[in-house]
Amino acid sequence: MGRVDKKPSPEVRLENPSWGRRDFMKVCTMAAAAVGLPSWAAEKMAQAAASPKKPSVIWLHFQECTGCTESLLRTSHPDVANLILDLISLDYHETLFAAAGFNAEEVLQKTMEENAGKYVLVVEGAIPTKENGIYCKIAGKTAVDMLNEVAAKAGAIIAIGSCASWGGIPSADPNPTGATGAPEILKGKTVVTLPGCPANPYNLLGVVLQYATFGTLPALDAKARPLFAYARVIHEDCPRRPHFDAGRFVGKFGDEGHKLGYCLYKTGCKGPATHANCSLLSFGEVPGAWPIGIGHPCVGCTEQALAFRVPIHTTVEVDRPTPPDTYAPLHADHSNVGPVATGVAGLVGGALIGAGLMAAKKLGEAPEKEK
Amino acid sequence: MTVDRRSVLKGMAAAGALTALGSAVEPALEARDRRVPPPDAMGMLYDATKCIGCKTCMVACQDANDLPRDTRNSGGLYDAPDDLNSKCKNIIKLFKDADRMSYMKAQCMHCVDPACINACMLGSLKKREHGIVTWHGERCTGCRYCGIACPYGVPKYEFEKAWPKVIKCEMCSHRIAKGQQPACCEVCPRQAVIYGKYTELLAEAKARIKDSPKLYEPKVFGETDGGGTQVLYLSKAGVSFQDLGLPDLGETPVPEMQQVIQHSLYQGFIAPVALFAVFGAVIWRNRKSAGEEVKP
Amino acid sequence: MSANAKPEPIGGPLWTPAFKVLAAIFGVSALLMIWRFAAGLGATTGLSDGYPWGIWIAFDVVTGTALGCGGYAMAFLVYIFNKGEYHPLVRPAVLTSALGYTMAAVAIHLDVGRPPFIYKIPIFPGWWNLNSVLLEVALCVMIYVGVLWLELSPAFFEQWQKKGAHPTLKKVADTFSPIVNTLMIPILAVGVLLPSMHQTSLGALMLLGGQKVHGLWQTPFMPLLFLITCIAMGYGVVVMESQLATTIFHRRRETQLLARMAVVPAYLTLAYLAIRLVDIVLRGRLGLAFAFNVQALMFWVEMALFIGGTAMLFSPKARGTAQGQFQAAMLLVLAGVIYRLDAYLVAYNPGRNWTYFPAVPEVLITVGIVAAELMAYLYIVKRYPILGGASEAAHN
Repeated sequence: MGRVDKKPSPEVRLENPSWGRRDFMKVCTMAAAAVGLPSWAAEKMAQAAASPKKPSVIWLHFQECTGCTESLLRTSHPDVANLILDLISLDYHETLFAAAGFNAEEVLQKTMEENAGKYVLVVEGAIPTKENGIYCKIAGKTAVDMLNEVAAKAGAIIAIGSCASWGGIPSADPNPTGATGAPEILKGKTVVTLPGCPANPYNLLGVVLQYATFGTLPALDAKARPLFAYARVIHEDCPRRPHFDAGRFVGKFGDEGHKLGYCLYKTGCKGPATHANCSLLSFGEVPGAWPIGIGHPCVGCTEQALAFRVPIHTTVEVDRPTPPDTYAPLHADHSNVGPVATGVAGLVGGALIGAGLMAAKKLGEAPEKEK
Repeated sequence: MTVDRRSVLKGMAAAGALTALGSAVEPALEARDRRVPPPDAMGMLYDATKCIGCKTCMVACQDANDLPRDTRNSGGLYDAPDDLNSKCKNIIKLFKDADRMSYMKAQCMHCVDPACINACMLGSLKKREHGIVTWHGERCTGCRYCGIACPYGVPKYEFEKAWPKVIKCEMCSHRIAKGQQPACCEVCPRQAVIYGKYTELLAEAKARIKDSPKLYEPKVFGETDGGGTQVLYLSKAGVSFQDLGLPDLGETPVPEMQQVIQHSLYQGFIAPVALFAVFGAVIWRNRKSAGEEVKP
Repeated sequence: MSANAKPEPIGGPLWTPAFKVLAAIFGVSALLMIWRFAAGLGATTGLSDGYPWGIWIAFDVVTGTALGCGGYAMAFLVYIFNKGEYHPLVRPAVLTSALGYTMAAVAIHLDVGRPPFIYKIPIFPGWWNLNSVLLEVALCVMIYVGVLWLELSPAFFEQWQKKGAHPTLKKVADTFSPIVNTLMIPILAVGVLLPSMHQTSLGALMLLGGQKVHGLWQTPFMPLLFLITCIAMGYGVVVMESQLATTIFHRRRETQLLARMAVVPAYLTLAYLAIRLVDIVLRGRLGLAFAFNVQALMFWVEMALFIGGTAMLFSPKARGTAQGQFQAAMLLVLAGVIYRLDAYLVAYNPGRNWTYFPAVPEVLITVGIVAAELMAYLYIVKRYPILGGASEAAHN
């Protein structure tokens, strides 16, 4: 029926030889912790997972590189197998499907009918809009139509990755296909956006598991990004921040500062203007495996104003600088003499002295009237 | 033709007499009783060797005194005063040269014989409870003589306001009245600045020097400087108090010379009354000899 | 003593072109004064925490009152030393003094941060801090302004008692003239006592500046030096004012009279120089005069002006001509002005890279106050008996 093969992946089987309830709870606890849900959520998660109806997820792919899906495949707590086997019901996913063709389309329709109003729609990739959207068609339907159709009956809509959030790489100048983000297409609907290129998969897991467990979505900012991941800019939590504060910068790649791990601001790091939690949550389970961590400036991949628009090595304004580690000097410079004041005062003084001299002269010229 | 030489000489003799009086005044400086801290004097002790420059005291002071943030040096972004001013009653400064560094906390010194109080016409500035120097606005005309007088440059003025106040540390006397400590002393994470009885703090400061002579400059600033201050300072060995920006005042209380001259001239208002009588008598006698009405 | 020629109003039109110019200047200044009260000192002056006192104190008050010591100086000469021949110079001197001190009072209201509280000074004697030199200055000047106008009041009463004067004014004159005349001796005595006190105190104010005042100015003798120079300036201003007034209003000059008087400030300045220089040498501060800085330069400027003016006044030939005595007097007056500006501003260094320079509104307000003073002077000498002719004796 188009469901994903139920056999757990080899790695999972090795790590978890028997799937007892204790192991299952462990998974739920780890999952809850990883995405910042409280520990008692694990119990709820287990209950939701144990119920016969796991939340249904439909995952649509449009103009994308599949990088966001690939990122998701590299999570470990929970890993994708636990996720799709025990916590959610991934009913439509073109990459992970075994099904194809008419089979796949049938599954999509059936899932939409059976879970109307309750399924989670995850959108990956941008949606082309030029020339009626013909630049992306799946099973004869344009991406625009497909999205509108599936979104109409979704319980929650999540746009994963910068492409789905605001257009991403396909929308870079001159944007020949009119690539647009899902929120633009689905005006009026709440679309949680998780920009990033790729997005950090744990941000997705957090949103999905919260919805699966509690039926609610996290608090969002003005661009519908979850605050738990996008409230702060990279600069605020960057491990190289002390170098920024102390004025220690990399000049060019390979120089002494670069070797010592100095701040990459001068090489064009977009950290000060980029909202994301990359510095807090590593990618792919390798601590330090993120751009700044490996010595490359952040390119601002979550921000529509920066990514694929502003050159990588162009510096940005620091939005809310915290004070540098400097102190009031013992003898601060308080000088404040203005040139205009000097001029006016000079004029007045000069006028007075001039008047005095003139008066003296006049006294000398005029005859003594006394005699 | 010259003015009557006798009158001129009269005048010069008078000037000479005044000069002699002036010279006689100087030895009288030692005879004047010097002020001592009141018996319930409280003070602060700042040990520069312990200060880490965290500036928590600056933030606590602003909060405790309802001071606005001074963001003038950062384009409106963050609080970074570069000196004591109308928005900053307490500041941490940094002394640094090629091989020495030290932090320096600057605020009102709460002098034993304050120059500002000597200057203040109506007693707006006064040493009140515990010898703390506080300012009460209902008597202040805003003449700013206190700013001229203070050798530490402490009293600052709200020039930016139409109805200005004098702004200076008052050792959080409003908190002390409630049994709390000055905000800076309460929050200091290293106890670099502490609050307590003046006599105890002075003893503590001296004990620290005695116990660790290699660590400290062998002097407690404020013990006698400028007549003494109720805020005492200890400095790192090798960093003089002048390096930290404190003036070298010697032991003479700052207002002493002026007070002595003032009192010599005006003591009991005798001289003015006597002069008035002399002038009146002379004018009256001259009127008689001129035989005409005296009128400008 | 021969009879003095009676002072008379000069008469003539009030709204001369010069008067209009002065009025315009004052008009601008008045607007700026309103702004100062609305916006505060920071917006209108160059004052700062480093320099809490600027030209409104150093010039308008300290120097302005010294320039207004003509009445004091003349009172000494005429009433204490009984030189009746100088009597005609008294009224104009008292007028200049009254205006100068009133200008200083206006400036004080502009300078202090809370002008309405000025009136708490005389009202609350229980609050007085008797150690405060500034308190003495404030009380003394408050009283002295009144005393000066009282000393001048006979001129007003005279005019109001003439035929054709307004009946109310005549009534005022009739009522108060006898009272003032009866009290004139104590008034004059107070009028000589008070400036002795507060001019000394104006010198004592900067004692409290301690090390912030440069070594060439800071001395316990500062009060005495201020007193001596203010008396010398008083005579100097009388000479200048007399020569200017007689020239502008086409009156008979009083050159010979002034020449005899003009040697007094010369002797006074000698005393000043002696005290100041001996003090500087004995304190070991002479080296400061040879440094390469503004303070050393201004010290020598002062010395040059004091010595130049004094030397001219000691020369009978120089002081015997209108031009000579005017120039000499101007040098001495300028010396006294610069001495005061130096003591309060140039010599005052609070450290920490503070600088002070008056802001444009600050300068214009001062100029406006002076303009108002000149307007008042012109009005009063034209409508009231201030200026008179010199006595016969003066021409011998």
